Amino acid sequence: MKPHSLISSFNPANEPDTLASHERAEIDASTRLPVLLFFSSAIFWLLIGSLLGLISAWKMTHPWFLDQMAWLTFGRLRPAHLNAVIYGWASAAGIGVGLWLMARLCRIPLIHSKLLISAAIFWNLGVFVGVLGILAGDSRSIEWLEFPGYATPILFVAYAFIGIWAIIMFRFRKPGHVYVSQWYLFAAFLWFPWLYATANILLIWQPIQGSAQGAVNWWFAHNVLGLWFTPIGLASAYYMIPKVIGRPIHSYYLSILGFWSLALFYSWNGMHHLIGGPFPAWMISASVVASIMMFIPVVTVAINHHMTMRGHFDALKWSPTLRFTVFGAMTYTVVSLQGSSMAIPSLNTLTHFTDYTIGHAHLGLYGFFSMMMFGAMYYIVPRLTGWEWPSATAIRWHFWLVASGIILMVGSLSLGGVLQGLALYDPQVSFRSSLDYATPFRMVRGISGFLLLAGHLVFAGHFAVMLLKIGRRREGPALFAEPSKPEAATV
Amino acid sequence: MNKLPLIFLGVFLTFASSWVGLVVYPYFALGRMQPLPDEDTGGFFPPSNPGLAVAGQRVYAANGCVYCHSQQVRRAPLSTDIEKGLGPRQTVARDYLRAQPVFLGTMRTGPDLTNIGVRQPDANWHHKHLYEPQTVTDWSVMPSFRYLYRMQEIQGQPSANAVKGLSGPHAPPPGFEVVPTDEANALVAYLLSLKRNYPLPESPEPPVKK
Ligand code: HEC
Repeated sequence: MKPHSLISSFNPANEPDTLASHERAEIDASTRLPVLLFFSSAIFWLLIGSLLGLISAWKMTHPWFLDQMAWLTFGRLRPAHLNAVIYGWASAAGIGVGLWLMARLCRIPLIHSKLLISAAIFWNLGVFVGVLGILAGDSRSIEWLEFPGYATPILFVAYAFIGIWAIIMFRFRKPGHVYVSQWYLFAAFLWFPWLYATANILLIWQPIQGSAQGAVNWWFAHNVLGLWFTPIGLASAYYMIPKVIGRPIHSYYLSILGFWSLALFYSWNGMHHLIGGPFPAWMISASVVASIMMFIPVVTVAINHHMTMRGHFDALKWSPTLRFTVFGAMTYTVVSLQGSSMAIPSLNTLTHFTDYTIGHAHLGLYGFFSMMMFGAMYYIVPRLTGWEWPSATAIRWHFWLVASGIILMVGSLSLGGVLQGLALYDPQVSFRSSLDYATPFRMVRGISGFLLLAGHLVFAGHFAVMLLKIGRRREGPALFAEPSKPEAATV
Repeated sequence: MNKLPLIFLGVFLTFASSWVGLVVYPYFALGRMQPLPDEDTGGFFPPSNPGLAVAGQRVYAANGCVYCHSQQVRRAPLSTDIEKGLGPRQTVARDYLRAQPVFLGTMRTGPDLTNIGVRQPDANWHHKHLYEPQTVTDWSVMPSFRYLYRMQEIQGQPSANAVKGLSGPHAPPPGFEVVPTDEANALVAYLLSLKRNYPLPESPEPPVKK
């Protein structure tokens, strides 16, 4: 490795060479307890969240289903679903992946794991209290912030532990390059508390007046996606792709451009949820422009990942990690370009207020982020437990169930949403038609929910079997097929 | 990029820009706005709401009406909201001064409710509808909120506030009546208070299209 070549010094494939394999094993072992705690609780909430989502989906076409009890009403189950998934599953999975990446990339064993174990406990307590609070009727119905004011402080305590730990890790990292995944993690760990504190103070604890609430609400909700989940997802992709195929990221400069343009443009996107709303025109325009500019970071990252993968796509045939990660990375491109287009005012009037937006949200949070997390988990967990995934067949089922589930869901919601939007737009068409158009597509969406839930059950079961080390120890990793390159057989 | 302080600075500044623009600015510009005095009556636009309607907002929030109903009328020609009869004019920041929380909404699975108090001023209609939407609109997919109502045996005279006109499979059995709980009363008071038909200089009514 040439010490001064930029490319080589940012190459994660080189990184293990600077660590002897026993050092790497030591680092992985040091992350075992906190990372597995976050992962297993995340998978628990994934199951709860998908169940809540499935019930909500069917209630939209069958309103009489479970309509006798207040805590089972659609208007509570839906936010309970969203928050269980956002905070219970996605954030916890992201934190778990982030912790592991931090230790690997700081090149030191994870220190102060008690901080993180406490964080995991508090985080889950917060999510638990929050979800129950919503079901009990204490939600303020502010989207993405439905947890009642008595639940969020618990999450804050949890997050404070994680933030303090991250600062310590950065401080004690081994000198040397800071890899691109670390920029993203560093930024995400800084942005999240800022976002969450601002939104909770101004909307839940000391609510500001009037429509300013809408601005803060969507500044928060969009940035949680863009500046918390997205950077963690990309950090994982930037690590996993080069790692599995054993070659460096294509271009360091594209990585830089992608990172800074994301930081600049994404943070301004939120108001595109409020086009035509009661706000000064410049606020909306700024968000529309920023949303369209998102083209730059998205295409940059897409090119960078594609060029890295070029000539290695056959690895998708055998590597579970890569298959999930590349699915996520491709979806990231699609969903982001779709998002930019939805900010164009004339298209926005059509899709706003319809199922199309719901489809878009699922494509982002599930098709991109959750798939990225599955991919990372398939890579990380065997290294923590010293036990390979028992069954390649189970992984294959997981992949095809959730991949077809999410495609079916987004496809049906998008089509139904456009028809619904056309009906809502046309003054000659009755309101009732907008429902009639949407209903069959909502049923298909309801079916896709079963596919997703089934995929999650396979995954959760597989994870449990692995954690408990049931059955015979497997020789070599669980791959879909024989790897084309023998040296890659470790991943 | 190996200098963490530099990364920190960049990450901080890019984010701070949007924080100033989309949080601090509206905090001062919109958050300090005042209702407009009405010279003729000595009242204000938007008018203040009765206490029961204020309490109704909590019921609206607790039961998640916002996930199906928006409360905003967008301007023409960007949208056809006005032509569709959602309101006589675009809603603007001042319209939301008394809302807490502000339910702008992102879905129109059900109709926009900005002006439902104008469109549907009858309290009993709302009770009937909330108790079982399909008694009023047979194609509705709105869930029933009958848990906000009590079914009780009629003692002597039927109660004055009993929900009238429930028919078919949703009618109470003979000798019984359906009465709203405090929560249902608050919710309906809130719905009746949703009227954006007062004038605001910053949002003139567009001429009616012929
Ligand atoms: C699952 C979506 C859904 C939820 C949740 C929901 N509604 Fe509805 N709502 C609808 C639909 C669809 C209609 C149109 C059909 C009808 O009149 O019932 C409607 C109609 C209405 C109307 C009549 C509007 C008009 O213009 O005639 C009112 C008032 C109303 N809803 C109030 C509420 C309140 C209050 C809540 C919360 C307690 C609520 N809705 C929750 C879907 C929903």
